[in-house]
Amino acid sequence: MSASMSNVEEIRNRVILGEFGVKNVHTTDFPGNYPGYDDTWNQKKFEKASYTKFLLLINIIQMDENSMEFDMVGIDAAIANAFRRILLAEVPTMAVEKVFVYNNTSIIQDEILAHRLGLVPIKADPRLFEYRNAGDEEGTEIDTIQLQIKVKCTRNPRASKDSSDPNELYNNHTVYSRDMKWVPIGNQADVFGEAGIGPVHGDILLAQLRPGQELDIVMHCVKGIGKDHAKFSPVATASYRLLPDITLLRPVKGEMAERLKRCFSPGVIELENVGGTPVAKVVNSRLDTCSREVLRHEDLKNVVKLGRVRDHFIFSVESTGILPPDILVSEAIKILMAKCRKFLNELDSVEMD
Amino acid sequence: MAGVEETRKPVLEVVQAEGADEGCVTFVLHEEDHTLGNSLRYMVMKNPDVEFCGYSITHPSESKINFRVQTRGNLPAVEPFRKGLNDLTEVCQFVLDTFEARVKEFKDQEAAMD
Repeated sequence: MSASMSNVEEIRNRVILGEFGVKNVHTTDFPGNYPGYDDTWNQKKFEKASYTKFLLLINIIQMDENSMEFDMVGIDAAIANAFRRILLAEVPTMAVEKVFVYNNTSIIQDEILAHRLGLVPIKADPRLFEYRNAGDEEGTEIDTIQLQIKVKCTRNPRASKDSSDPNELYNNHTVYSRDMKWVPIGNQADVFGEAGIGPVHGDILLAQLRPGQELDIVMHCVKGIGKDHAKFSPVATASYRLLPDITLLRPVKGEMAERLKRCFSPGVIELENVGGTPVAKVVNSRLDTCSREVLRHEDLKNVVKLGRVRDHFIFSVESTGILPPDILVSEAIKILMAKCRKFLNELDSVEMD
Repeated sequence: MAGVEETRKPVLEVVQAEGADEGCVTFVLHEEDHTLGNSLRYMVMKNPDVEFCGYSITHPSESKINFRVQTRGNLPAVEPFRKGLNDLTEVCQFVLDTFEARVKEFKDQEAAMD
């Protein structure tokens, strides 16, 4: 595509990737900035213009109960970033908070072990639990999950004389997260009965023992948010990038086209055979990682205009397994709505006074 | 002027300089950061009656933001603030509905293909 947009359109819609810096980063389409444009907030225009769609890229990533990639077009960076921040830090989950160590004769110190236990993701739907009240030490069935580890390592009498494999010599010498057993409190056995509650992954190595060492630990899990401690964050990571926008200002042929193709990620630029000579064409700018390699070549840097589309966000959300990623995004949006409502209620209660 | 009674901590305070008209007000939002601050600033700036809107985090150790709104004409500043909150809620509702509809579509497509 060698059509170029008018300057104003470009400033409004594109972030320009230059050789020495990035330009037009901030949103400028506020009312009064551009004569002739009506930039007042209009919900109807927003609803028509924006749409979210899924990419079939989800299929390529095989673990799709745990990760998702989707596009959001027509929204501003401030709101997209708010969603991202909420996904990372404000969607609540359950995690081990209090660790009661009755017996720990292993080589792992109590506090190190407690730290590791806190980081293990617990598969319990946080929407079914409440936050614990401040100052409440005991915890009730509605805000606490109790788990227990009771492991003792013994020597295996049936091991052969000259083996050196710890799996053969010792019983229970490794403590995995599958050894965290759920102890139902109150009516939890009825509510969560069949599926039960436990760690998401059973093969997380927590400690190693030798004969004579044992672990006897009781854990309480509470509901919390990532802002308080990163163990409560429900996503492995959540990020977004803007859709890259590559425009060729002139037709590029022959050997230059070959070099141009190598400057971008594979699949972005394809060579078309026009009358015998290969001509470069931008096929799929989405695959580009925007390394700006093309700007390092003197003869190629004036041929290409690199930029990003300002309102097209490619989100990538990877869950730790507690909640599926689509539920996480819905919860994040609901949390932003709840924040707004909280302040609207405050405003209304102030007006009443 | 504090917003609420003394028994619980206020989450929203309104600060106004002496002598200034109702159009220039600073709101102090407690327990908030860039998440709500930036998105709310964007929605309030989209209002043509607003002459100035900005927010700042007074100190990174304290979780509160100063959110300033100045209006053109004689409009009380609480109005664009309230409208911004309402607009942001509407945006979120629409994004939520669209997202859930697309998720459902995608899952139906997947089920149909198997």
